[in-house]
Amino acid sequence: MSNLPPNPYNNIPGAPQANTHTGPQMFANQQFGQVPLSQLPPGFAGLKQDANSNSPLHLPPSTAQNSVLQNVNNYNQSASSSPAFNQPGMLPPQQIGFQPSPNRPPTVKPTSVAPNSNPLPPLSSANQSSVSNANSSSYPPNFNQMQRQINDNASPIVPSSQYNQPLMNGPPSGPAGPMPPTSSPYPVSSKHFSPPPMAMRPPSGGPGFGPVQQGPPGPVPTKPPGPQGLLPNQPNIPFSGPPRNSPLMSGPPVSGPAFNGPPMPNTTIGQYAPLPPRPGQVNGPSVLNAPPPTTGPGMRPATIPPPTGALPRNGPGPGQPMPNPGLMGNPNMMSGPQSLPAGSQGLPSGPPSLPGLQPQMGQQMAPPMTAPPGPPIGPMSGPPKSNMQGRYPQMPQSNYANQQPPMPPQQPMKQYPQQYSTQGLTQQMGQLSVTKQGFDQLWGHQMVDLLQCRHILPEYPEDPPEIRLGHQFTESPNCSPDIFRCTINRIPETNSLLQKSRLPLGILIHPFKDLNHLPVIQCATIVRCRACRTYINPFVYFVDGKRWKCNLCYRVNDLPEEFQYDPVSKSYGDPTRRPEIKSATIEFIAPGEYMLRPPQPAVYLFLLDVSQIARDSGYLQVVCDTLKAQLEQLPGDARTQIGFICYDAHIHYYLMSDGLTRPKEMTVLDIDDVFLPSPESLLVNLGERRELVKELLTVLPQRYSTPGVPASALGAALQAAYKLMAPTGGRVTVFQTCLPNVGPGALQAREDPNARSSKEVAHLNPATDFYKRLALDCSGAQVAVDLFLLNSQYSDLSTLSGMSKFSAGTVYHIPLFRAQRAWQAEQLTRMFTRYLTRKIGFEAVMRVRCTRGITIHTFHGNFFVRSTDLLSLPNVSPDAGFGMQLSIEESLSDLQQVCFQAALLYTSSKGERRIRVHTIALPIATTLPDVLHAADQQCIVGLLAKMAVDRCVSASMSEAREALINVAVDVLSAHKLAQNLPAGSLSSALHAPASLRLLPLYLLALLKRKAFRTGTSTRLDDRVADMCDMKTLPLSSLLRAVYPDLYPIHALHDHTPREHDDEPSPDPPRLQLSAERINSNGAYLLDDGETMIIYVCHAVSPAFLSDTFGVTAFSQLPDDARTLPRIDSEGSALLQAFIDKLNDDRPYASNVLLIKDNSPSRQVFTERLVDDRVESAFSYYEFLQHVKNQVK
Amino acid sequence: MAFNFPAFSYIIALIVDAFLIFFSIFHVIAFDELKTDYKNPIDQCNSLNPLVLPEYLLHLFINLLFLLSGEWFSLLINIPLILYHIHRYSTRPVMSGPGLYDPTSIMNADVLTVCQREGWIKLAFYLLSFFLYLYGMIVVLIAA
Repeated sequence: MSNLPPNPYNNIPGAPQANTHTGPQMFANQQFGQVPLSQLPPGFAGLKQDANSNSPLHLPPSTAQNSVLQNVNNYNQSASSSPAFNQPGMLPPQQIGFQPSPNRPPTVKPTSVAPNSNPLPPLSSANQSSVSNANSSSYPPNFNQMQRQINDNASPIVPSSQYNQPLMNGPPSGPAGPMPPTSSPYPVSSKHFSPPPMAMRPPSGGPGFGPVQQGPPGPVPTKPPGPQGLLPNQPNIPFSGPPRNSPLMSGPPVSGPAFNGPPMPNTTIGQYAPLPPRPGQVNGPSVLNAPPPTTGPGMRPATIPPPTGALPRNGPGPGQPMPNPGLMGNPNMMSGPQSLPAGSQGLPSGPPSLPGLQPQMGQQMAPPMTAPPGPPIGPMSGPPKSNMQGRYPQMPQSNYANQQPPMPPQQPMKQYPQQYSTQGLTQQMGQLSVTKQGFDQLWGHQMVDLLQCRHILPEYPEDPPEIRLGHQFTESPNCSPDIFRCTINRIPETNSLLQKSRLPLGILIHPFKDLNHLPVIQCATIVRCRACRTYINPFVYFVDGKRWKCNLCYRVNDLPEEFQYDPVSKSYGDPTRRPEIKSATIEFIAPGEYMLRPPQPAVYLFLLDVSQIARDSGYLQVVCDTLKAQLEQLPGDARTQIGFICYDAHIHYYLMSDGLTRPKEMTVLDIDDVFLPSPESLLVNLGERRELVKELLTVLPQRYSTPGVPASALGAALQAAYKLMAPTGGRVTVFQTCLPNVGPGALQAREDPNARSSKEVAHLNPATDFYKRLALDCSGAQVAVDLFLLNSQYSDLSTLSGMSKFSAGTVYHIPLFRAQRAWQAEQLTRMFTRYLTRKIGFEAVMRVRCTRGITIHTFHGNFFVRSTDLLSLPNVSPDAGFGMQLSIEESLSDLQQVCFQAALLYTSSKGERRIRVHTIALPIATTLPDVLHAADQQCIVGLLAKMAVDRCVSASMSEAREALINVAVDVLSAHKLAQNLPAGSLSSALHAPASLRLLPLYLLALLKRKAFRTGTSTRLDDRVADMCDMKTLPLSSLLRAVYPDLYPIHALHDHTPREHDDEPSPDPPRLQLSAERINSNGAYLLDDGETMIIYVCHAVSPAFLSDTFGVTAFSQLPDDARTLPRIDSEGSALLQAFIDKLNDDRPYASNVLLIKDNSPSRQVFTERLVDDRVESAFSYYEFLQHVKNQVK
Repeated sequence: MAFNFPAFSYIIALIVDAFLIFFSIFHVIAFDELKTDYKNPIDQCNSLNPLVLPEYLLHLFINLLFLLSGEWFSLLINIPLILYHIHRYSTRPVMSGPGLYDPTSIMNADVLTVCQREGWIKLAFYLLSFFLYLYGMIVVLIAA
C-alpha cells in the first residue's frame, strides 16, 4: 500500500476530521462555489433577492445581455445545422476516428495557454468549427455537474467537521482532494480548474475557487489564473460588466458577520452542522481576480474592489451570468462544464492546463459528428489537443465555450426548447434519407460498420452517454455515473418498445462508494413523500413555495417550514437552495425514528482455519501481522469489540477477560452441538483489551506452526460465530484454506479435474443449503460473513460462497496461496489491509424506489432481498456494487422522466444512523432509434455479466453463453430494423449504433472470462470466484476485469503531460487486446485490475531496458518477476508513476508481473488478448461474422 | 342405489379436494402478501414449505383411489397435474428441509409471478374438479 497514498479508496477513519479542521480555507472556497448551484424552478425566479446575501446570484438581472447572447447562440445553431444535411449518416470508419493516433496529443502547458490561446475565437469562426454540434451543446452535461458536486466539494452547507468519519471517505488530506479522479475513468474534479470557465464564471465561482479546490495546495496561491484567463476574453465581450459587481461588494460585508456567527441561530429549524466553509462564501467573490485573497475572509473587503476596479472589462463575465438567479440557476454549474473543454476534466493538473477553450473536439466522437467530410475535419481533429480530449469528447461543450465564452448559464435553458422542436423535426423528416442522415449525425445517431472498423476501442476511456433531461431539469445535478448508471439513458416508454430494442433494462449502483465530498445533513425532519416515502431530491416539482410534488408517485406533499430556510442566506423562501435539491447524492443523519434499536457497536470476529493445509500455507502469520498493524485503524468507536475463533477438527476460543495477562485458549471438542464455553470475554472491547489482543495475534501463528490435523470444521465454527454475534450483529471474517470436511456443513470434493475444460460445467450450484441457511440466520441477526478463500485445492466455493452471498459479505479468493511466495503474501496484506481499514456500514438496508410504472425485476449482488424493493445488508462496504433488472409494467408515455432513488440506511462505525440517498433521473424515449442510441454499452455489459452468472446457475453454462451471444445478435437485428437497413445477409456490413459499437467486443471478452469460458482448463473454484466478482464488483472494476486495459509503455515519455514538473503522470492510449498490437520492439502493460502484467518483447530497445529496468540486455531481464527494479532513472520513475496512477482508483494495489515474450509463462499474457482466436473460442472478427450471419 | 367403491372414492375426493382448495387459497394469499411487502420471505417460506408435500400427497391419494376404482376419466384429468408436481419437486432448489420455496430466490420477480400464477391455476383446477367429483359421485350413485 505504500505507493498508494492518495488512493481515494483508502479510508482512514478519523483522518478526515483532521482534514476539515486544517483546511477550512479550501472548503470555504468550494462552498462558495456551490452557493449558486441552485436550480430554481421558474416559479421561483428571483423570489429571493436578499440584500444580505453575498451570493452573486442576487445580482440584478441583465436581460439585455441575456437576449443578446441568446440570439448569438441561436444564430450559431441554425447555421450549424446546415452542413449536417450534406453529410451521410454513416461515415467510413476512418472518418469515424476510432483508430488510434500514435500519440495522445501533448498537453498544452498551462502557462502558455492561458494568455495565448484565446479561448474565444470570433463567433463566426467558432461557428465554422463546431457547427454540427451546436445543438447538443445546449444541454449541460448533467453528470458532470453531478460529479463535481460529489467529488469536489464539501457539502455546501453542512461541513464535514462534525461528522468526521463518513463525510470524507476519501483520502483525508487537502492535497488528496484532487487525487481521486486522477486515473478514474471519469475524472471530474479538475474541471473547475481550467481558467476559461473562470472567465465566464461569476465572481463567486472565481478562479480562486477552482484552484483552491483541487489544486495541490502548494501551487495554488502561486497561480495567477484569474486575470490572465479573463483578459483574452475582453475583446469578445461587448458588455460592460463592472458595475454589476458593485452590488456584490456590499453583500459580503454584510453577510460576513452573519456567517461568522454561530451557525445555528435557531435550533428548531433545519439544523445544519456548523459551516467551516462559510467564510469562503464571503470570500469567493473577492477571489475572482485576485487569487491571493483567497486565503482569508479577512481580506475580503480589501480585495473586492480589485475585481471590479482593476479589471473593469471583466465584469461582464462574472456579473452577467447571473442576472437572475431564478432563471439562470447556478452560473457556476453551467459555465463550468460548458466552458470547460471536456478534456480538462481528467487531469488532476487540470487547472493549469487550460486546454479548455480550444476549439477541438474529442477525437473519437467528434469527427463523425462534426465532420462534414471535407475541410472541417482538418481543423477540428488536426490541431493538437489538450491531452484529455480523446477521453472527453464532448465537443458540444467546447464549442459552446468557443462561441459564447462569456456567457453562460441561461443559454442552455433557453435553447433547449428550440432544440426540442428540432428533434421533432428530425423525426418528421425521417423519411427523407439524406435529411435523416444529417440529423442522425446531428443527434449522435451515427452508425459504425463493425466489420470495417478495425480500431473500435477508443484510446481513452469514454464517458457514459450523457443524460439529457427535459426543460425544467436540464441543470439538475444527476447522480454520478460512478454511483448510479442505467443500461439505457433514455427509458423506453413502453415495454413493447423495450422488447423491440432487445436491450436489457437495468441499473447498476455502487451505493456506498467512497466519496470525497458528500453533503451531510442533519435536520429534525427528513422531508419525504408521505405516500411512497421518497426522499426529497433535485427532481421533485415545487408546486409553490409550500408544497412539492413527488417525482416518483406524483403525490403533492407539504413542505415543512424549516425546509424553506436557506442556511446560506439565512433567509426563508426559496426551497431550491437546499442541499437536498442541489445534490443528487446526499447523506442524512437519521433521527431516532430510523432506529429499531440503539445503533450497534462495531463488532469484528475473525474465524481462522488452522487445519493442516492452513498451517502449510502460512497465511496465519500474514493475517495476524496485518491485523496487528491495522488494529488502530479498524473503524469503530469506544464500543468496538473484537474476537477470535480458530478451528480445525475442533473449535478453539480465546478468552480475553479482565484478569488475564495472556489470552486463554478454550477448545471445544464437540463440534456437532456447538456451544460457547464462556458467556463473555470471547468478544472483548478493543480499546480496553488492546494489549491482550496484540498478544494473541503474536502468539497465534506460533501456536499453530506445528503440524495439525487435516480436518476443518468450518460449519461448526460458523455456528459458534453466529451464537457469539447474534445479540449485537457485526462482521465475521472467515479465512478458509480447504474443504470443510467434518462436523455440520461438511462437504465432499465434487470437482472432476478431468472435466475442467468441458463444455458443460457441473457443480455450480451449492451442494448443501447449510451455508445459505446460516447466512440467512446471520442476516437476520445483522451479521455479515466475509470469506477469504486461500485454497490450494478444491474447496467448493460454490457452496461456501453462500455464507457471504446472502449475508451481504464479500468473497476474496487467492488461489494456490502460499505465504512463502512473497508476492502472494503482499497481495493478501494489501487486500486485508484495505478490508480492515475501509469504511463500513452496519445493520444496513437499501431500498430502491422507481417511478410508478417501473418495477424491479431481479437484484444482483450480495444481500438478502427482504421485500420487493428492500435489500437487507447486515454490512455494507464501499467496494460492493449492486445491479437491478427492471421491467416496465405500465406505459410511461405521459411522463417526462423516470427517476430511481436508492436509499441506504446504515449505522456508521461511530454508531450514527445515517441515510445515503442517490437519485437519478432519466428521460423517456419514444422511438426505437432513440432507445438504441441512448444505450450505455458498458453498463449493459455489467448487467449482462450478472444475468449470465444467474443463468449459469439456474440453467447451464452453454445456455448462458448462448444468451450472451444472442444479445449481440438481437440488438444488432433491432438496430437494423430501426434503421430500415437491407435485410438478410445481402449487405456486407454489420452496422451498429455508435453507442453500442463496443458491445460485441465486450461480450466476446466476457465469454472468454474465467467465469464463462469453456474449452480452456479452468478450476471450478476460480470460475466460481470469478462469478462472485461479476455479481458484486462495481462497474469500473468489472469492466477492467472483462476487458483489461493494454497500454504501450515503451514510449511512456511521449505520453507524459508535463505540466507538473514534480509529478509526471503518463497517460498512454489504450490498445485493443490483440496480438497485432504487440510489436516485437515494444513493452506493454496489461491491467486487469488484479494483476498488471508487464510484457516485454525481445526486440525492445536497450535504451528502454536500461532506463526502465536497469538492465542492459533483454536476456538479463528477470522473467516472471513480481517486483520492478527501483532504479533512479526517468524511465523507471515514469513507469512507477504510471502504475501508481492506475492503482489510484482501485481498492488496493494490483500485483505486478513482469513477463518476457520468450518466457514459458507468457501464456498468462497471451490468453488475455481476447480479440484473438484461441483453440476453442472465436476471435473478434470471427465473432462478428458469426453475429452477422445470425442477424436477421 | 348402492354405496360402492367408486362412490366412496368420489366422496373422499370431494373432502380432500376441499382441503386442496384451502391450500391453494392460502398459497395465493401468501404470495400476494409477499408481493405487497407484508411478510418477510423467510417467514413466508417457513409457513409455505411444510404444506407442499401434504398437498402433493393428498392429490396423489385421491388419484390412487380413482385408479383403484377404475374412474379413468377423473384420473386422466389429474395426470398432468401429478406430472407437474413431480417435475416441480425434482427441480426444486437445493434445500435440506422439505418444500419448494427458497427465501433467497423467491423474491425474484420471475419466481414470484410463476408461483402466483401457479396458485391461481391450481385454485381454478381444484374448484372445477370439485364439481366434477360431485357430478361423478352422483352419476356413480345413480348408476348403482
